[in-house]
Amino acid sequence: MIEGISIYYILTMSTIMFFIGAYGFLTRKNLITMLMSIELILNAVNINFVAFNKYLYPENMQGHFFSMFIIGIAAAEAAVAIAIIINIYRNIQNIDVENIDQMKY
Amino acid sequence: MEAIIFYILSIVILVFSVLTVTTKKILRAAVYLLFVLGATAGIYFMFNYNFLAAVQLTVYAGGIVVLIIFSILLTHQINTNLDKINVKKIALGIMSSGLGIFLVLSTLNNFQFVASNNQATDSSIHGIGRTLLSYSDNGYILPFEVISVLLLAAMIGAIVIAKKEEA
Repeated sequence: MIEGISIYYILTMSTIMFFIGAYGFLTRKNLITMLMSIELILNAVNINFVAFNKYLYPENMQGHFFSMFIIGIAAAEAAVAIAIIINIYRNIQNIDVENIDQMKY
Repeated sequence: MEAIIFYILSIVILVFSVLTVTTKKILRAAVYLLFVLGATAGIYFMFNYNFLAAVQLTVYAGGIVVLIIFSILLTHQINTNLDKINVKKIALGIMSSGLGIFLVLSTLNNFQFVASNNQATDSSIHGIGRTLLSYSDNGYILPFEVISVLLLAAMIGAIVIAKKEEA
């Protein structure tokens, strides 16, 4: 654990980071910037896992491995999401969420 | 000393994540995201999880951010600004995320976490590799294999989706 830093500081920091990501997800219209907000949220969750692991259960490594798997899945998710975004751009020349309503009705 | 480095890293993370979600130029948002991910890797280094920090730097900073920048270059003119968001939407977003921060932090500060003094396990790359591939208790062979299948599926799926249709 980090000397002089209690778990509350780390959890506060990651909470604020999580909700900044949530704010971006709610307000942005562009698909790529929404994807960036999701990456922020995932990163905040990773910091939480590692902090709980290091402060409360240092004899196990569960949080560490969970974060590693989350990073791997985030990479896969970003690859598929960007493939979909590029395909949408090819079809309608625009990647704002408001213009993607072909399957709505 | 360590506390000061932690404060600097958290300020970098918070400031650049705010910039990521508010900036008008999309390419700048990607670069700010890169700073956030690098500072997160710094926090992992402070926890002494060197392998996790290296994975964060290679996969996130080296992989995902580059992928995002490529997709920005493929889908945007870089000089154009993002559309203005209307004030009502911004107010609603700030209100809901502020409410979320308030709820989580007030719950957090009323909960008593008991820090453990147990000896930390070996977090060297050698130990991580053994744990990841062991099939005893506390081994992670099943998620390791499952994630390899998932990555293969995502790779094939991404290629199939992004491929040009044959005329």
